[in-house]
Amino acid sequence: MLNIAVCIKQVPDARTVRFDKETGMMIREGVETIINPVDLNALEAALAIKDGHDARIHVLTMGPPSADKALRDALSMGADQAYLLSDRAFAGADTLATTRVLAAALKKIGQMDMVVCGNQSVDGDTAQVGPGLAVRLEMPSVAYVNALELTADTLKCIRMTGHGHDTVLMKTPCLVTVIPSINTPRMPSLKGKMKAKSAGIPVWTANDLGLSMNDIGLAGSPTRVLNTFVRSFEARRERLEGDADAQVAALCERLVAAGVL
Amino acid sequence: MAQVNYFLTEEQQMIVELARKIAIEKILPIRARLDETEEFPWEIMKDLAQSDLFGIYIPEEYGGIGKGCFETCLALEQLSYGCIAVTTTFAASALGGYPIVMFGSDEQKKRYLPDIASGSRLGAFALTEANAGSDAAGIQTSAVEDGDYWVLNGTKQWITSAGDAEIYTVIAMTDRHKGPRGATAFLVEKGDPGFSFGKKEKKMGLRASSTREMVFTDCRIPKDRILGKRGQGFIIALKTLDFARPGIGAIGVGLSQAALDEAVSYAKQRMQFGQYIISFQAIQHMLADMATHTEAARSLVYAVARTIDADSRDIAKISAMAKLFATDVAMRVTTDAVQVLGGYGYMKDYPVEKMMRDAKVLQIYEGTNQIQRNVIGQALNKEYSKV
Repeated sequence: MLNIAVCIKQVPDARTVRFDKETGMMIREGVETIINPVDLNALEAALAIKDGHDARIHVLTMGPPSADKALRDALSMGADQAYLLSDRAFAGADTLATTRVLAAALKKIGQMDMVVCGNQSVDGDTAQVGPGLAVRLEMPSVAYVNALELTADTLKCIRMTGHGHDTVLMKTPCLVTVIPSINTPRMPSLKGKMKAKSAGIPVWTANDLGLSMNDIGLAGSPTRVLNTFVRSFEARRERLEGDADAQVAALCERLVAAGVL
Repeated sequence: MAQVNYFLTEEQQMIVELARKIAIEKILPIRARLDETEEFPWEIMKDLAQSDLFGIYIPEEYGGIGKGCFETCLALEQLSYGCIAVTTTFAASALGGYPIVMFGSDEQKKRYLPDIASGSRLGAFALTEANAGSDAAGIQTSAVEDGDYWVLNGTKQWITSAGDAEIYTVIAMTDRHKGPRGATAFLVEKGDPGFSFGKKEKKMGLRASSTREMVFTDCRIPKDRILGKRGQGFIIALKTLDFARPGIGAIGVGLSQAALDEAVSYAKQRMQFGQYIISFQAIQHMLADMATHTEAARSLVYAVARTIDADSRDIAKISAMAKLFATDVAMRVTTDAVQVLGGYGYMKDYPVEKMMRDAKVLQIYEGTNQIQRNVIGQALNKEYSKV
């Protein structure tokens, strides 16, 4: 049986996010949380493999106790087992510290044949956790994957590049990060939701994972955020009148003047 | 702001959330396209199959969830928030499946229910004919015993999902001289010899749902396809419709809610005479009536569905009330939504004109609202004769 891990992150729902213009900080109040959208594609990629193979899907996240909901959502879509990595000491982790926690948890769960991550989160947006985790796990990895096909112990990956795509063959165990166009995540099922409601989800702390305080959270994070700000778009607005041809001509004229064309 | 609390259980809440998610994420974005092209919503049927919702009312031992009329209504209401043509396709499968749940032999249940529950095959229900609509006793389709087979001849009309569904509950006359007691229900499968479909009908609304004729020309089906007993056909049809009618009410509630939401959000952003039109009493009163009627319809549908789940005997009157009231409300609320949006509401750029076109069928199918009033009236006559 294959063991496939999917790493997910609970993020603020971009549709409900507002920022405090003064401090540049997000206003947490009234913000709903969702599974980072591309992580659903990662889960779907794993589920699609499970549809054709004997596989067990382990889904894990590092986050506050409330991230339990994201894990149950993943279980309701068909993941087999969830793990919550939660400890106040994990707070303030950058991508390096995060991958140390995820790697320790994956080693504790057991030998994985495959790890699937979304390419990047909508909040941090670094795209570093997947490849960083592969380094920590000493696995080969391919990022920006748009198609996957598993044959025996070889994973065929279509990796999108700026100019086209590469086809990469990789032996398992390995890690991939996927992009949103790889698939359409399936709907949760009623039976899945009922099962997820009562599923036991172990909560592991730094202690459980045998991690040193120097390697995790803020202390284990060399990244320093110097400043955050809200980019304001104070665009000039102008309504172009006339028929379509006249409007196109007027628009082109303005774009040329602005140096865009 | 307090909302009416219907005290749903955690499982019922899950059904609502799941159906709502499908309505918002899968149905709503493509409903205008489906309406325009009249294409059968296979993509969404796949999502619904994946979600287990096809099996809500089917016992767990046959692959379903084992819930009742109320849970079915909850799902139908939420799906209808997206598009009632899609919901009707979903509901039609239940109309084909429910008679098997109620009257099927164990063998028939094993053969058909798991597929209907998983959504891998759609069901449908065929009663109506050219000369047998409200007067169901006028059906002409006949079934004659021939050795180990039944031979069906005749034509069913306006059958929802005909041609796309695979498992059909068909009502045919076996003993014409016995009148209504001479009707029998049969299970017919797509592909049975002598069973074919007419052209797809062009409709005013409900356009993503397919409607066709079903033609039986010496259609031979094995003897074990009889559903229930010989002569039980009308009982089966009536019991099926009694169970299904609150569901049509629920479709009306979901549609009304969708129209109300469109009307309120439009009224909050449409500026006339220097004010948002929601500040005008003329608009406020329309919206207030729409909201109140929608909630009243929901309350009635829920209460009736729960009553049916507690005791399903003699439900014709209350089931007709739920269908009648909630679908008349849907017609009125969608019509008023178009009025609130004015000229924009009449254009296809906004969803309310489709809602209004779609709403009309709710007053017609599964028994016209005039027939519902007959049922209620006859029940009253009977009730008051007892005292």
